[in-house]
Amino acid sequence: MTKKILLSHGSGGKLSHDLVARRFLPAFNNPHLAKLDDAAIFDIQGHLAFTTDSYVITPIFFPGGDIGKLAVCGTVNDLAMMGAVPLYLSLSFIIEEGLPEDELQAIVDSAQRAAADAGAMIVTGDTKVVPHGSADKLFVNTSGIGAVPTGIHLSGSNARAGDKVVLSGTIGDHGIAVLSQREGLSFSTTLQSDCASLNEMVAQMLEASSNIHCLRDPTRGGLATTLNEIAAQSRVGIRIEEATIPVRREVQAACEMLGFDPLYVANEGKLVAVVASEDAEQVLRAMQRNEHGREAAIIGEVTAESAGRVVMKTSIGASRIVDMLVGDILPRIC
Amino acid sequence: MKLTSEFRRSELAQGLVSRIHRRSKTPARLMEFCGGHTVAILKHGIRQLLPPTIEMLSGPGCPVCVTANADLDKAMALARVPGVILATFGDMLKVPGSNSSLQESKAEGADVRIVYSTMDGLDIARQNPQRPVVFLGIGFETTAPTLAASVLQAEQEGMRNYYILSQHKLCPPVTRALLDSGEVKLQGIVCPGHVSAIIGSRSWEFIPRDYGIPCVVSGFEPLDILQCIDMLLTQIESGTSTVEIAYRRGVRPEGNRRAQELMDQVFEPCAASWRGVGIVPQSGLRLRERYRRFDAELAFDFDPGPTKEHQGCICGEILRAVKTPRDCPLFADVCNPEHPIGPCMVSSEGSCAAYYLYEVQGSTFKVPGFPVDRLLD
Repeated sequence: MTKKILLSHGSGGKLSHDLVARRFLPAFNNPHLAKLDDAAIFDIQGHLAFTTDSYVITPIFFPGGDIGKLAVCGTVNDLAMMGAVPLYLSLSFIIEEGLPEDELQAIVDSAQRAAADAGAMIVTGDTKVVPHGSADKLFVNTSGIGAVPTGIHLSGSNARAGDKVVLSGTIGDHGIAVLSQREGLSFSTTLQSDCASLNEMVAQMLEASSNIHCLRDPTRGGLATTLNEIAAQSRVGIRIEEATIPVRREVQAACEMLGFDPLYVANEGKLVAVVASEDAEQVLRAMQRNEHGREAAIIGEVTAESAGRVVMKTSIGASRIVDMLVGDILPRIC
Repeated sequence: MKLTSEFRRSELAQGLVSRIHRRSKTPARLMEFCGGHTVAILKHGIRQLLPPTIEMLSGPGCPVCVTANADLDKAMALARVPGVILATFGDMLKVPGSNSSLQESKAEGADVRIVYSTMDGLDIARQNPQRPVVFLGIGFETTAPTLAASVLQAEQEGMRNYYILSQHKLCPPVTRALLDSGEVKLQGIVCPGHVSAIIGSRSWEFIPRDYGIPCVVSGFEPLDILQCIDMLLTQIESGTSTVEIAYRRGVRPEGNRRAQELMDQVFEPCAASWRGVGIVPQSGLRLRERYRRFDAELAFDFDPGPTKEHQGCICGEILRAVKTPRDCPLFADVCNPEHPIGPCMVSSEGSCAAYYLYEVQGSTFKVPGFPVDRLLD
């Protein structure tokens, strides 16, 4: 029978130590963690970026990823969106008793692979086990520290009228891939989550241009919400063209079926860049050379008028506003 | 299959828009019955492309919106019956009844589950044989056959814990009630696509016959709707009225016979209460005698409490096409998607939600750089 995580694995006693020794240390394998001190000590020069995030997802394994990879990539991306080079991460697991140990191991291994791919180290962490029903299998909390190279000043408030809006690829892949696996809604698709670390692509973009004003990853709330955040923070209008926004056929089909708008569906490996007009093509090409930006496209521009609003030219040539997501997206009746 | 792109092609849309502009001479007031059409029209910006001679009004075709508060309260009360699992389509979750919503009931501990089809409701009942499962049956002729199928399946399996709260409604009777009231003068009706796929375009023939109003059944893509408007204009300008189909890939004159039989086997028409319209005879569906044991209203002892209407909300008049969301003093002010006062602001097919989400509030907004004229070259 497969071993399961028990409440006593979170007691802080022998079983806890055993879990750390067997499951975490070999996987994350680095000198900071191996010391098993109360905190990791390291030297960093210059400006630091510091972020935190929590991950709850059903199911914890989905096409194209799992909660471990998602947690690392999500944290890395939050750092990368500030132009920071991701260095050190923390990972805390809140585990519902009964989680099979091999599932935990698979998630830990996947988190480690994602961290190594991004060039970051998981240097500290924690484990708690809660009674059945108090959590949904596994929650992960993270924090991340990155170094911001000199001269990089990215912010959601930096968008200027005339800037171009560049999107790194197809939208809605993650949300629909995860939804397709949900209980009660299994539909068959080959669609994979786009879950990926974008720090390498960001570095290439920053190398291609010193006129990138803002980067943001459109995760929950989708592209629409991210663009609204930028418009509000920068007090500018954003005008996008529906026809230029890449959407996979499978995603479009699932959205039509469920009554969703791909603009509001989550992504985990995409970014939006707001770039000075004269450098937009260069940045676009740099993105397209990276595996995570092959389908990148310029989808619109920043305007001085209609500040705080996102407006879209529809595929038939009319226009409409694109608001933030309100509440959850819920499937419709008919 | 190119799912949608073929029906959103900009050059074809431009052709239709130019033709509509050329053809439209006399002012015409058209009503799209269906909330799905309202959303599509606003989402794609179709209203901006039409000449000023054409006015589009939104009708009562949003099943969530037309459900009266008294009926919504029954659902909330059922959800609070100890042990009951209430299965519902996601749309219903946020809709405010007299005092609360299912979302609030859920947060307070009621077991409310979102499902994607009636068959999911049966699955929940099979997995929880000790607990009663009530399927909240709100919808039109589109979902009624699937609800009927679930009842037949439950009967076949001898399930004793599956119930439905049937609040299904029928579209043609309410359309007749609206036209009989004479409140709104219409020159044409955009008939619902999905409903007509079930009941057939023939079900609308009473409209040109009894009221002399042209009818065209439309699909939900921009080109479908533009083509439908163009066909309506052709009838209007030539003084004819008949039922046509601009959605041949989905709708046949006779409809879906099998679905109609299922509905007829399980349900019988009854009077139903529509928000804003009142009691409309023969416009609801209740379980036939033989299937009454599945009726949640009869099976449970519950108290929905006194019905309260939302002060100042004009959802009723909006559903009758007498007013538009912009006429409502609450619109985009105290009533918005975060804090909906009436159902039309919360349902994904509600007119108020569509106006709020897709058009800039309170202004005749034209996006700089996207002049409509450019389309008419």
